[in-house]
Amino acid sequence: MERRVVVTGLGVVSPNGVGVPAFLNAIQNGVSGLKFMPRYKELNFNCQVCGVPEFDFSDLQNYLSEVTYYGLKGSTIGYAIKAAADAWIDAGNTLDTDEIHWNTGCVFGNSVADTEAMKRVIDLVDEKQARKLGSRVVEQLMNSGATAYVSGLLSLGNRIITNSAACATGSQAVLMGYEYIKQGAADRMVVGSNEYIGPYVFGSFDSMRVLARKFNDTPERASRPMSATANGFVPGSGAGALVIEELEFALKRGAKIYAEILGGDTNSGGQKAGGSMTAPNPQGIQRCIKTALQNAKISGEEVDLICGHLTATMADKLEIENWATALGRRREDFPVVNSLKSMIGHCLSAAGSIEIVAVILQIMHGFVHPNINLEDPSPEILDLAGEKALPTQLIHKDINIAAKANFGFGDVNACMIFSKFK
Amino acid sequence: MDRQVILEELKKVLAPYTVNKEALNSINEETSLTQDLKINSANLVDIIIDAENKYDIEIDMDAAEKINNVGSCIDVILEKMKEKN
Repeated sequence: MERRVVVTGLGVVSPNGVGVPAFLNAIQNGVSGLKFMPRYKELNFNCQVCGVPEFDFSDLQNYLSEVTYYGLKGSTIGYAIKAAADAWIDAGNTLDTDEIHWNTGCVFGNSVADTEAMKRVIDLVDEKQARKLGSRVVEQLMNSGATAYVSGLLSLGNRIITNSAACATGSQAVLMGYEYIKQGAADRMVVGSNEYIGPYVFGSFDSMRVLARKFNDTPERASRPMSATANGFVPGSGAGALVIEELEFALKRGAKIYAEILGGDTNSGGQKAGGSMTAPNPQGIQRCIKTALQNAKISGEEVDLICGHLTATMADKLEIENWATALGRRREDFPVVNSLKSMIGHCLSAAGSIEIVAVILQIMHGFVHPNINLEDPSPEILDLAGEKALPTQLIHKDINIAAKANFGFGDVNACMIFSKFK
Repeated sequence: MDRQVILEELKKVLAPYTVNKEALNSINEETSLTQDLKINSANLVDIIIDAENKYDIEIDMDAAEKINNVGSCIDVILEKMKEKN
């Protein structure tokens, strides 16, 4: 019999809510997590708005031993530990046991290693003080820092992978974990992604002129996916994590089941036929969505909710067009679509996992979160999807099937299909 | 500086790296950092850096290699403080 994979634990550090209860409340009520950044004004950035989680670093003392906590400096690993440990506890497990979970692995991704830690290294080395760096720096500079901390804390003994696929990282991590369970390599995986946007990463995007610069005075209005006044994306920080496991394994240990993962796909448009380093090839996106549906053994007609990538750039129209073509559904027939980025901005590598936590919550609690800042939808998008598909208020609605996609620099795509567990 | 004073101060320096907290209260010069206090050997460099900052000394790699228990740690600190004066 084919192995089924279910979601049993959630954890999240989001700009509009740290921890699942706060996050659920925020996404139901359309709460923005975007803030004006005085520092970014000083630095002469065009965009001076950012998604920043209200994260209390000292909260990590509740998860880590004193020895591990002491010397941990970077927010990016901190976010990952908080999200992953919360998901693990939510799934009914305990931290830091001597028992090694040989059947449980971890796929956790990020874009750049901790730039706060990196800055300190650069400063001390340049001051000829490298000897003062100590033993705890390398583990926080490595891209696998988050998976290293998480797998140690949770005593995980199966495959431990750090993935990186720009803005598709989070969805790709969930897909990889799903596939390992499906193939029988693991029974359970902790999956997710994390991102910390410091001034160096932020400034690099700002220079590309792809960030929202017209709403510095009204930060909560700055991220406007699908809107006629969309003016670029707003970067954000955070992490999302899920515990996913093989159905029989979950049932045997009496886990509560939140949703089922039906399938997914990740591919690339080859940076050809309209695709480039920074723009997606539409054929690639459509193939990715179609293959995800095939793997999930469902038709486009069955999709109740699209949780898009939808960053609030020119690419939103193209994305809706790609969904319409891949699902074979337009106008009155187009499913309800929302973008969490309207509330939290674009958390880059963390986007996929935070947004998937939101997808699971919408399936669990039967609602569609509002698209905030969509009082003026783009006419082209309105023409493709119709007004009913673009909710600006919370909708209570049974969600059986939700499709989630993310697209990243390098023309990489990832699409996942989730359903209610039956 | 008195060896006992340094020993008391070392308890604070060692604390964040010490897994076996109970053993920390009753350390003497014979107490091994890695065996008795269960300090991860990778953290010895952090303890040396913290001691350098606390006593405003520089502990070179040759001196650092001599450190294995509390007594040898005090020896090195005293030696480097003396060199400085």
